[in-house]
Amino acid sequence: MSGPYTGSDEPRTIGYTSRMAAPGQAAPGVRPLPAPAARASPQRTTRLGELLLPLVSIALSLVLWEVVSRTELVSQNDLPAMSTTFQELWALMQTEEFWKNVGYTVRGWALGLALATLLAVPIGIVLGTSDFAARAFRVPIEFLRPIPSAVLIPLLFLTLGTTLRSEIFLATFGAFWPLLVQTMYGVRDVDPLATETGRSFGVRPLERLWRITLPSALPYIATGLRISSTVSLILAFTAELFMGTPGLGQAMNFAQSYGLNEQLYALAVATGFVGLAVHFAMTALERRALHWHPSQRAATP
Amino acid sequence: MSRRAYTGLAVAAEVAVPIAILAAWQLWTVQADNQHFPRLSTILAEFQDLWLFAQFREHVVPSLLRIGAGFGIAVLAGVALGVPLGLSRRARALAMPHIEYWRAMPPPALLPISIVLLHDIGDRQKIAFIAFFCLFPVLLNTIDGVRAIDPTLIDTARSYDIPRHERIRRLVLPAALPQIVAGMRTSLSLAVIMMVLAEYFSSTSGVGYVLLISKNTFEMGPMWAAILLIGLLGYGLNLLFLLFERRVLAWHRGWRAATPQ
Repeated sequence: MSGPYTGSDEPRTIGYTSRMAAPGQAAPGVRPLPAPAARASPQRTTRLGELLLPLVSIALSLVLWEVVSRTELVSQNDLPAMSTTFQELWALMQTEEFWKNVGYTVRGWALGLALATLLAVPIGIVLGTSDFAARAFRVPIEFLRPIPSAVLIPLLFLTLGTTLRSEIFLATFGAFWPLLVQTMYGVRDVDPLATETGRSFGVRPLERLWRITLPSALPYIATGLRISSTVSLILAFTAELFMGTPGLGQAMNFAQSYGLNEQLYALAVATGFVGLAVHFAMTALERRALHWHPSQRAATP
Repeated sequence: MSRRAYTGLAVAAEVAVPIAILAAWQLWTVQADNQHFPRLSTILAEFQDLWLFAQFREHVVPSLLRIGAGFGIAVLAGVALGVPLGLSRRARALAMPHIEYWRAMPPPALLPISIVLLHDIGDRQKIAFIAFFCLFPVLLNTIDGVRAIDPTLIDTARSYDIPRHERIRRLVLPAALPQIVAGMRTSLSLAVIMMVLAEYFSSTSGVGYVLLISKNTFEMGPMWAAILLIGLLGYGLNLLFLLFERRVLAWHRGWRAATPQ
């Protein structure tokens, strides 16, 4: 019998043998780890490094972008240099048009997310509380959920047309599912003892919902909101790019049609920043709403 | 109501509700006679005409190959990058700003860019686009999975002089596998979405292309058939993956069931 680490022909012995180390001395074949103090640098340097490294990394990648384009490793027409792109972005930021487009995209995101929340949370509570309802609608939900919302674009284009309603419908449809599922799980995960205690103390159902079910499902709902927020932004942007409802997506579509590659890259960079802003806003909101919850308190002693 | 009667009723509802929805669709479309919402029977007939199997080779196979290639590249790259990033705090500090930025980027914003950059609307551009955005769930889950490994295990392996590649193969990868697989599942459903977006934006073949053409020619039958096909594709791939997951993680579930929580 030879296991992966039994390369030697010596018989393996179990128990205390002369080959085992005396206290304070490393066993043969066992390399002592360096003392912790030597391995980890002092706390302050680590902190500084953690702050500095990301900045260095961002700077390096921007320089790399500039070099790749300036040396024509990738032609400047296909990949405008970093400096050119940011100059273009700066120029765009001086125009009213650009901020209007940002506003349209953000409006699509916000309305889609709000509508999805209004629909998904109540339905999720019903389906999470009632086992019967959950089973009745299991098949339609399981079938509709994985359908990529993008397939609805041509349909919306022909029915609702190039309108805000199309954009909102698409964003809402996409954002609805993650939030629904999270709410269902959250409600199902409420400690039955808490509900029963509430019931035996004569707390009315609506009061129980408000004081017991919702607070304990909130972390799940918050996670769902974070996922849905990303989805809603993606689909609002998608509607603009594919259907031509006004916003950053439509602006990118124009830039591509007219071959304005510098503008195309500048708009993509801007879109990334909008995405980042939405992400940070939702994370901050979650932290605020859930400051009492253990998941947000991990770092504090 | 007895427990048995309740279960029976629940099962009946589970079967009846989907049937009722489909029947309502058929009745409503017959009554409304709206050209945008064809009857269920029309959609099914169209579905059979198109996909079983007249255009299967021409349009479904390319789409599936793109999903497969993009997803495969994303999984390999995600694990290959995620393991070192999970093990090294310094590497994470270097990579995180980029990961955060690209993850927040709405994928369609890179569709026009990918075409400009690659001079291509064929398989190369589609696969690159799918792979790029499917990378993130695998990558982030791999990082988290590797980070969650008990450091004592890694230190023990290190102090026994187990070489690095053995350590990764026998300790890090198995320990992170459940999380990696969870990331893969997210990536796979993302791959279907990215395939549709990329093909619908510009292409000459694929399911998304059929969707685009039927929109441009106002043919509602093929459009609904394509929507149904993509829905089934998403559903089916997810189901296949769950089977794969059950196999790959059988040891993990068995272990979890045996240890008291």
